[in-house]
Amino acid sequence: MNSNSVAFWIGAALFLVVIGVMTQVIGNEYPFFAGYVILQFIVLAVAWTILGGYAGYVNFGTSAFFGVGVYTAVFLVKAMGAPLLVQIAAAAAVGALLGFAVGLLTLRMQGIFFSIATIALTIVIETTVTNWRFVGGAAGIQLQRPPVMPPFHSYVQMLFFVQALLVVLAVAIARYVQRSWIGRGLQALRDDELAAECSGVPTLRLKVLACVISGALMCAAGAPAAMYLQYADPSSAFNLNYSVTVLAMSLIGGTAHWAGPIVGAILLGVTQQLLAVTISSEVNVLVLGVMLVLFVVAAPEGLLGLARRIAGTRAGGEA
Amino acid sequence: MTSASGSEQPLLRIDGLTKRFGGFTALDNVSVDIRPGERFGLIGPNGSGKTTLINCISGAFRTETGTVVFRGEDMTPLPPHIRTRRGIARSFQIPRPFRSMTVVENLMVALDFATAADDFASAAHRRDAAMSILTRMGLESKANVSATKLSQVELRKMELARAMATHPKLLISDEAMAGLSHSEVDEVLDLLMGLAGQHITVIMIEHIMQAVMRFSDRVMCLDAGRIIAIGAPTEVMANQRVQEAYLGT
Repeated sequence: MNSNSVAFWIGAALFLVVIGVMTQVIGNEYPFFAGYVILQFIVLAVAWTILGGYAGYVNFGTSAFFGVGVYTAVFLVKAMGAPLLVQIAAAAAVGALLGFAVGLLTLRMQGIFFSIATIALTIVIETTVTNWRFVGGAAGIQLQRPPVMPPFHSYVQMLFFVQALLVVLAVAIARYVQRSWIGRGLQALRDDELAAECSGVPTLRLKVLACVISGALMCAAGAPAAMYLQYADPSSAFNLNYSVTVLAMSLIGGTAHWAGPIVGAILLGVTQQLLAVTISSEVNVLVLGVMLVLFVVAAPEGLLGLARRIAGTRAGGEA
Repeated sequence: MTSASGSEQPLLRIDGLTKRFGGFTALDNVSVDIRPGERFGLIGPNGSGKTTLINCISGAFRTETGTVVFRGEDMTPLPPHIRTRRGIARSFQIPRPFRSMTVVENLMVALDFATAADDFASAAHRRDAAMSILTRMGLESKANVSATKLSQVELRKMELARAMATHPKLLISDEAMAGLSHSEVDEVLDLLMGLAGQHITVIMIEHIMQAVMRFSDRVMCLDAGRIIAIGAPTEVMANQRVQEAYLGT
């Protein structure tokens, strides 16, 4: 168990070193521009899995949390020119609060009712932001990037590195949750909520906690997007595609283990980036839909579940 | 019987409990005291409110009127997991295992969440406790088997084992023998007889009359949400209204 953690942290450190070296070695902007999006989706998918996978509560509100993260950053930049780190930290705090409120309101509902409530949430928040003049309203808002900090050569490189840090943070948290008593409680309530409650599991509290953690990470992942695009508008920040994409990534990767959404996000994220360059970004959604259907039919437990079934008894070895 | 003198404080006092579903009254002003250490049989025809009563005691249902007092503490406003931690455990009529877990992991959930941390400080302690419960239930060979791979009688036993893992003072068994063969009924009944005793009070819901008669110190019969008879098993069986409720008039 302990050597497992050592291996995990060595892996995380190696990942950051590679990312750091990339920013110093590669001159072309494009890999960072594309890579940023993939990293962002890893954070979102890992965050989604904490509630959607471990607890089994399918959340369609990813775009709400993501958009709130974007607009928290927009607001802070506009109001006080806050630096990137403050934007992200504030977005995480707002996301946690939002997760808490949403969790209390909606997590008493189960199954499809919870999912519908989270879609409604997205629409309510998007409408609110659309009518909020200070952050640009429906027309959106242009943002000026501040000068880049050394050792980075461009702002996108820096954002790429920052998002990589968020990936490590999100994965570390998801891994901790999965292996701790929180994860065991969530797994029990996913299997059977009443039986869990009658075995002493405080189901509502655990679900709200999962929603808080998940929401904070999603908002944090959204915050740098404002500076990444130098522009924000409600219909793209709250685009339902985020919800669908993230859900597909998690389900395709496998939701029972923290590594699942990483695999799914990399696979789908890379595919999408390739498709966007070679064919068109509209085809993305089609491919997403087809892959989701294929996986739901052929590998309902995702790639990890599939690998586990093939490997037979070697299950769970990499936890 | 060790401690069933009528004067001492009851373990569980149900007072004036009423539960309605829309216009249907599932429980109508039910009051009963359960004494510590008692083996209490709960019978009644289908739809008479037995499981509803259990759901009200364990907290799965909120009640409109009436109170559930357990060891002197009012349970009525408390959610199920708190009631479990106070010592009320139950099995389910239709087994509800945690399907993604092994048998021993099913028990670990109860041990992790329901028992006081200082009693079972380390994970190893808790695992030992889970294994000793499984051994008692004759399930030790299935400890590392997925809960989905169990037979019907093993599932019933696992339900009881998981309930026992919460270290209850009151164990409610909801038709743990339904659908089992004769020999399996005897097996589960022997288990329940073994569990009941000085530290654990058992309420058993059952349709199998021989089992109820053999098990119970006292039997209560519900019909249409009301208590129609309560007393010694033989008295209740001989009761005119009980016979009418079961056989029809």
